[in-house]
Amino acid sequence: MTKRFGELTAVDHVDLTVAAGEIYGFLGPNGSGKTTFLRILCGLLRADDGSGRVLGHDVIAESEAIKREVGYMTQRFSFWEDLSIEENLDFVARMYDVKNRRQTVRESIEQLGLAERKDQLAGELSGGWKQRLALAACLIHRPKLLLLDEPTAGVDPKARRDFWEQIHQLAAQALTFLITTHYMDEAERCQRLAYISKGKLLAAGTVDEVISRVGLTTWSVRGRDLAQLAEQLRKTPGVQQAVAFGNSLHVSSTDAAALQRAIAPFRHEPYDWRQIPSGLEDAFISLMEHDRSTA
Amino acid sequence: MKQPHRFSFQRLRGIIAKEFTQMRRDRLTFAMMLGIPLLQLTLFGYAINSDPRHLPAAVLLADQGPQGRTLLYAMKNSTFFNFVRQVKTEREGRELLERGQVLFVVNIPENFSRDLWRGDRPEVLVEADATDPVATSTALGSLGSLFDTALQNDLKGSLATLAGTSGPIDLRVHALYNPEVVTQYNIVPGLMGVILTMTMVMITGLAITRERERGTMENLLSMPTRPSEVLIGKIVPYILVGYIQVAVILIAASFLFHVPIEGSIILLGVVALVFIAANLAMGITFSTIAKNQLQAVQMTFFFFLPSILLSGFMFPFRGMPRWAQMLGEVLPLTHFLRIVRGILLKGNGIADVSLQLWQLALFALVALTIGIKRYRQTLD
Ligand SMILES: Nc1ncnc2c1ncn2[C@@H]1O[C@H](COP(=O)(O)OP(=O)(O)OP(=O)(O)O)[C@@H](O)[C@H]1O
Ligand SMILES: [Mg+2]
Repeated sequence: MTKRFGELTAVDHVDLTVAAGEIYGFLGPNGSGKTTFLRILCGLLRADDGSGRVLGHDVIAESEAIKREVGYMTQRFSFWEDLSIEENLDFVARMYDVKNRRQTVRESIEQLGLAERKDQLAGELSGGWKQRLALAACLIHRPKLLLLDEPTAGVDPKARRDFWEQIHQLAAQALTFLITTHYMDEAERCQRLAYISKGKLLAAGTVDEVISRVGLTTWSVRGRDLAQLAEQLRKTPGVQQAVAFGNSLHVSSTDAAALQRAIAPFRHEPYDWRQIPSGLEDAFISLMEHDRSTA
Repeated sequence: MKQPHRFSFQRLRGIIAKEFTQMRRDRLTFAMMLGIPLLQLTLFGYAINSDPRHLPAAVLLADQGPQGRTLLYAMKNSTFFNFVRQVKTEREGRELLERGQVLFVVNIPENFSRDLWRGDRPEVLVEADATDPVATSTALGSLGSLFDTALQNDLKGSLATLAGTSGPIDLRVHALYNPEVVTQYNIVPGLMGVILTMTMVMITGLAITRERERGTMENLLSMPTRPSEVLIGKIVPYILVGYIQVAVILIAASFLFHVPIEGSIILLGVVALVFIAANLAMGITFSTIAKNQLQAVQMTFFFFLPSILLSGFMFPFRGMPRWAQMLGEVLPLTHFLRIVRGILLKGNGIADVSLQLWQLALFALVALTIGIKRYRQTLD
């Protein structure tokens, strides 16, 4: 798929396959084209180039069929703030011609745990509750595929955990998810990941595959005055990243030998060096940095 | 494969219900919908009710006899007229009228008294500036009986026989600058059309742009809705609002301003439905073109101005230049004004108004079709 906005190529030949029943994470820095890609999939934007199938329907020609079977949760809350929770759900149910509408809506409200607040206006809900309402509304027509655009932005940790519990339960019932997120812990909860930057797909696969594809070597160092050390290391050729993690510093590079040479002068007291497996975040930051330096 | 994607009444009902609820919650808009007709009626009603007096007048008194003066005294005593000038020639009078220094020139000819005594029904010419008929019509309307009563005293006795017949004088009123003389009765029915045009076009003009600005459009578009469902669903609720406005105006017209209602109210209701739909369709079409609510409002005014200027509300339609008449024929307000004045004032029936009604319906259909064609189902 390719999508251009004037000069800018927001999605640049992104080629992605999501298997049925999978939870697929879609990551990338701000403005990398995640939202644009999801919008193309559900027919909100017309791709300039490329083709694809969603649930067996052609993305370009059969967007109406796709809309009926897909639930799309927008990045920004996009339900009607001057309608109550119940009215919003009822409206959505009607738009999808849901059978047993009243009962479905009632069940949905009960599942949300909002039975006693169902007459409250959606605009009066807190950010976290808005997200939950939006998810409930996306599920009301029992879609087969859910496209969730940063569904947990601004949601507290407990609610985020509940949310992911629910996602996993639904995936077990053969629902497919394509979820964008900026949280590493959420990325790690996905079965497979794709990372895009400036509209280009840079890596895709399972968490381990993505990490190993980046080919990063990481050392952890403990000791005093780490901030000062980090400063010095960042200036040293051969070090690509020096990032503070609590009481330690993660120093990494895609060139293991060069990194070894670079840190050699610092391998003495009071520093305690240890090689560790690279994390997803190290890998992503590396991808981002690499992208910046080549730009 | 899947069943074809058809027009769904379930979805249409859903959109109508949503619009109704949102309208109910949007206090400001709702208040505006009722406030505008009330405010406009009060303002215009004040102008209509105000009974202008002491209007400046000039007199050309060529008569040497006493009866010419009798007429002048009668006019002065009525308090409608205020004689500011005595002119010597007709041209002088005309110039005063043109400059707006007087609203009337009363022309009492030479030998008026003599002719009166002879029973020759001498002519009294009153030239009036009728650009503002509201101001002049009451005064002019009173003239006939005013003169008759005044002269009755003088004509008592020997000339009493003249008084009863066709009036002792031949009163001629020339309304200048506005030969059709739009009276107050024309204004209230016209006001109905003007108010509906403004509020109906505006309210649906905001309908789609509001969804766009609030970001809810992205959601609406991600659902399997059809353009026709969305647009019709957004039009229907406001038809009711339009009817409420019509009712308010009709009640006020009849009870406050005593506008006669000669024709059938039911017919008026049918016509109003088509007219309201035409304006709502126009608005919704603007809404699909405008990028934001401000643009939608600007487009509304762009449509509203020619509507009041070229429809015959402001200026007599037949008095306009040819090109203006042609433009005016396209506007729904033009046809609605003709119909509504016909029904209310002349008691027109369906046969009299059907041509205009078809033209209105055609406008509504074309506007809605353009709207549906223009409605974008994508965000770009
Ligand atoms: N309608 C539009 N018109 C023009 N440019 C656009 C439009 N929508 C998005 N863009 C541009 O396309 C690029 C990708 O935007 P997109 O919203 O897809 O990013 P994103 O990955 O979702 O970012 P974020 O993480 O901040 O949500 C950005 O540079 C953005 O400015
Ligand atoms: Mg985004």
